[in-house]
Amino acid sequence: MSDAAKQITLTIDGVEVSVEAGTTVLQAAEHAGVVVPHYCYHPGIPSRPAQCRMCLVEIEGQPKLQPSCVFPAGDGMVVRTTSETAETARKSVIEFLLLNHPLDCPICDAAGQCMLQDYAFETGQLRSRYAEAKMVLGRDRVAEDILYFGDRCIVCTRCVRFMEDIAGDNALVVAQRGHKAYIDTFPGRDLDHAFRGNIVDVCPVGALVHEDFVFKARAWDMDSSPGICPGCSTGCNIEVNVKENQVVRTKPRLNPDVNSYWMCDHGRRSLVMSNRGVRAEAPMVRQGGELEPASWNEALAWVAGELNGSSGIALVSAGVSNEALFYTRALLERIGVEGGTFQVEQGDEVTLSGFPKLKLRADRAPNAVGAELHRFTRADGLPEVPDGATLVVLGDAISNAPADYGANAGFFLYIGSHLFPAVGNATAVLPAATVAESDGTFVNYEGRVQRFHRALRTPGVARPTWMFLSRLLEHLGGESGVREIDDAFAAMATGTAGLEGMSWAGLGLRGELLSEAGQPAVAAE
Amino acid sequence: MGYPYSHDLEVGTQLSRHFGDERARTLEGWKGLGGYATLPKALEMDPDAITEVVKNSGLRGRGGAGFPTGVKWSFMPKEPNGAHYLCCNADESEPGAFKDREILRWVPHLLIEGCLIAARAIRAEHVYIYVRGEFFPFSAILRDAVVEAYEGGYAGEDILGSGWSCDVTVHLGAGAYIAGEETGLMSSLMGGRAEPWIKPPFPAQSGAFGRPTTVNNVETLAAVPMIVAEGADWYRQWGTDKSPGTKLWCCSGHLERPGTYELPLGVNLRDVIYEVCGGAPNGKKIKAVIPGGSSTAMLTDDELDCSGCYEGMAEAGSALGTASPIVMNEDTSIVSAMRRIAQFYAHESCGQCVQCREGTSWTAKILHRIEVGEGTAEDLDTLYHLCVQMTGRTICPLADSVVFPLVSSLDKFKDEYEALIKR
Repeated sequence: MSDAAKQITLTIDGVEVSVEAGTTVLQAAEHAGVVVPHYCYHPGIPSRPAQCRMCLVEIEGQPKLQPSCVFPAGDGMVVRTTSETAETARKSVIEFLLLNHPLDCPICDAAGQCMLQDYAFETGQLRSRYAEAKMVLGRDRVAEDILYFGDRCIVCTRCVRFMEDIAGDNALVVAQRGHKAYIDTFPGRDLDHAFRGNIVDVCPVGALVHEDFVFKARAWDMDSSPGICPGCSTGCNIEVNVKENQVVRTKPRLNPDVNSYWMCDHGRRSLVMSNRGVRAEAPMVRQGGELEPASWNEALAWVAGELNGSSGIALVSAGVSNEALFYTRALLERIGVEGGTFQVEQGDEVTLSGFPKLKLRADRAPNAVGAELHRFTRADGLPEVPDGATLVVLGDAISNAPADYGANAGFFLYIGSHLFPAVGNATAVLPAATVAESDGTFVNYEGRVQRFHRALRTPGVARPTWMFLSRLLEHLGGESGVREIDDAFAAMATGTAGLEGMSWAGLGLRGELLSEAGQPAVAAE
Repeated sequence: MGYPYSHDLEVGTQLSRHFGDERARTLEGWKGLGGYATLPKALEMDPDAITEVVKNSGLRGRGGAGFPTGVKWSFMPKEPNGAHYLCCNADESEPGAFKDREILRWVPHLLIEGCLIAARAIRAEHVYIYVRGEFFPFSAILRDAVVEAYEGGYAGEDILGSGWSCDVTVHLGAGAYIAGEETGLMSSLMGGRAEPWIKPPFPAQSGAFGRPTTVNNVETLAAVPMIVAEGADWYRQWGTDKSPGTKLWCCSGHLERPGTYELPLGVNLRDVIYEVCGGAPNGKKIKAVIPGGSSTAMLTDDELDCSGCYEGMAEAGSALGTASPIVMNEDTSIVSAMRRIAQFYAHESCGQCVQCREGTSWTAKILHRIEVGEGTAEDLDTLYHLCVQMTGRTICPLADSVVFPLVSSLDKFKDEYEALIKR
C-alpha cells in the first residue's frame, strides 16, 4: 500500500502537521496536539456515522463546516477548529444536547468524567433559552447488570455500534426517532453478551451505568491504578478504580496488542470480588499446638530455622505474580524441594468478533504461562500429601481444598492472602498482598510480560510475597532481601530463561513478549 | 392532461396522458396504448448510448434536487465487477407532493419500462422500487403490474430474448419521510432504520448492499422511455434550456381546481395557480404559496411571477423542489401553517444529527407557544438563531427543510408573528 504510506502535510489551527494519507482531520488534529471535541466518534469503533456534529471544523475551500471524524486530511489543507463559525456551531450543539438533559450532575455517576459536562463548561452558556417542558424518559434496565438513564442519553449510538461492530450482536438498537429516540434492546432480545459491559465505558455521558456501581463513588473520590485483569490468561490491561481501599470498578485500559479498548464482564467482576473473603493479616506460627501471631522478624527467623525439605511437595497458584513464583522457586531450591504443581480453573471461551485477538480464554487465571516459566507444572486436582512431608502452598492453590488437607504434613508453610479452611492446618502462615495490593508482573497466553501496579493498601501487615520471601531467603543465607519491585524483577530476569534483558522500567505499560527461550508452546493462535 | 381536472395548455407527452384510464393498469391494455415499445429499442442500444441520450435531453431529477439524470448515471462504473442496483424512489412523502402516486396507480407499466431502460443504462441487475409505506393500495397495483411484466417477458430472465436479465422488486417501506432521502432509502431497503449516511461513500461507489447503486425518482424514470424513444431534441421542445421537459405539478391548498397537472417547465407560476388551478375559491386573495413542497421558501402573491423551472425558482428565492405549490389564502395564519410544517419535520427527523433531532422539535415548540399567544420577543431571535444552526450542519437536508419555509415566513410575515406575541 504505497498510498497509505504517503505523507501529507496540513495546517490545523496554525500548527503544521504531517500525517499518512487516509488519516482523518480529527486524527491529524490529535497529532498536532489539537483536541476536537466529539461524541459519536470512538477510536475503537469502526463505524463513523458523523452524527453528533460536535467535531465540525472549518476547512478552507469547503463551503460548509465538515465533520472532522470522517473528513480525510488533504495535502496543504488549512483547518480551523476554533474559528468563530466552528465555535458557534459547537456551542449550539451543546445547547441542543442540554435542551432535554436533566442536568442531574450532582447525582450522576459520570460527573467529573463526562464529556457533556466538560464541553458544556467549556463552551456552554449559563442560561438556557429553552422555555419548554423537558422530555422525561426515565430509567430502564438494558441488561441484567446495566441501567439506562434515558434522560441523560445524547443518542451518540456508541453503545449500539459497539454491540454491532465489535461484539457482533445486534441486541441494542435505537428505538423511536427524532427527539423521541432512545436506546433499547431489540424487541425479544436480551443484552447478554459476555462483553456487554463495554457499552458503559464507551458512553460519553452517564446514560449507561453498571448497577453494581451506581451511586457508589464520585469520579473525584476514586484513585486509579493501572492493572492487569486476573480473570483469564488474556491479561487485559485495566484501570483499577479504588475508593476507601475497596476496588469499586475496573475499566479497560488501551493496549492495542492485547485488548484494544475492551474487556469482558467476567474480568470486570474479578477484582471487585477480590474485596471479599477472610484475610491473613499477620504472620502466624504454630507454637504449642496453636497458630499464634508473630512479628515478621520472629516469623521469618522461626520458619528459616524450622523449615526443611524432607520429601517436600509444593502447590502454587497461577494467579500470583511472576515475582512471587520466582522467589517461591528459589525458596524450594534452597530447601531441596523439586517440582511443584498448579491448577487452572477452566471455563467457556468467548471471542470478541470485532477484535478476535481478545477472548475470554478457557484458562481462568492470569499467569499460567508465568508458573510454567518458573518450572511449575499444570496438574488436575490436589496432590496427596505424604505423612510427615513438607508442604509449601503459594496463593489460592488450596482455596477449595477440604478442611483437613495438609493436616498430616510435617511442616505446612502457607504463603497467601486469604484464610481458606485448610490453612488451619498450617505450621506457619506468611500473609501476602493480593494482586490488587502489590506491584508485579504476569505473563499472558502469548507470552507477553505485563506489569500491574498496586491499587490498595494491604490489611494488617500483609506484604507482597516477593518482598518477604526474599527476606526469608536472606535468613537462609541468600542475598539480602529486596524492597522495590524493580529489584525483584531484575533478580528474576537474570535467572529466568525468556526474561533476559528485560527490566521493570523497560516493560512500560504495554508489556513485552518473552524471548524465544521462554515462549509458551501455545503462543501461536 | 391533468388529474382529476384537465387544463388548457396543450402538452403532448406520455407522463399523464393515461391518468384516469383503467386500461393502462393492465399489460394488455397498456400494450394497446402503445406501451413497452421503447424497451426493445433500448435492449439493442449500447448502455452508454442510452445514458448519452438522457444526458443530452437535459432531464433533471424530479425528486426535488434537480440533479441531471444522465450525469448521475454516468457516475456508475463502466466495467461492472459485481452487482449494480437501481433504486426507484417511490417514497413520495413531501407534504404537498402527489405526483409519483398518480404514476404508480395509473401507469405502473410506464414506470417499470423506465426502470428497466435505466437499469440497462447503468448495467444494473436488479431494480428495487421502494414504495412509501402508506402507499399500500398503490403498491398493490404496482405489484400486479410487475407480475404481469414478468409473465410477459419484460422483466426477469432473458428479457424479450435479448439475453439480458434484470429483476424488479417492489419493496414497501414502513412509513418514514426520511426514507425518501437516497441514502436513507438504501439504509431502509437493507433492513436498517431509514437513516441517511454521510457521503462519501457515494451511492455510485457503494450504495445498496455495498454495491454501486443509482437512486432515481419515479417521475424521472417514467420520463425515460419517451426520451429514449423520441430523442433528446424532441424532449427539449418543452421547458427551458437548463430545465427541459415537462413536469407534473401538484397543486394543493386553497385552490378552485387543485390537482396534478403536467405542464412544461418554465411555466409562469402565477399562471399555474390562477389559470390552471383557478386561483383561490370564493374570491379570496392568496397570501402565500410554498412552491415546491413544504421544504421550500414561501412566496407572497406579489412574487408569483416567476419561471416555474429549477433556475427560475432559485432566482425567485425559493426552489422548484417537487413542483408542488401549497396555496394559502388570506385567512390562513402563517404561524399556524409554519407550526404544522415544523411539527411534521420534528416528527420525521431520524434523530441522528443533534441540530435536526433537537432543533426541529424546539422550533415546533416555540412556534406552538407563539401560536397560542405565549411567545416572547426573544423567541424570534431564537428562531433566527436556530435557522442558522440548522442550515448546512447535518448529514442530510431535513433540518434545512424546516429552515427554508421558516426563514421566509419570518422575513415576509414578521407582522403576523409580532401580532401574536403582543397579544
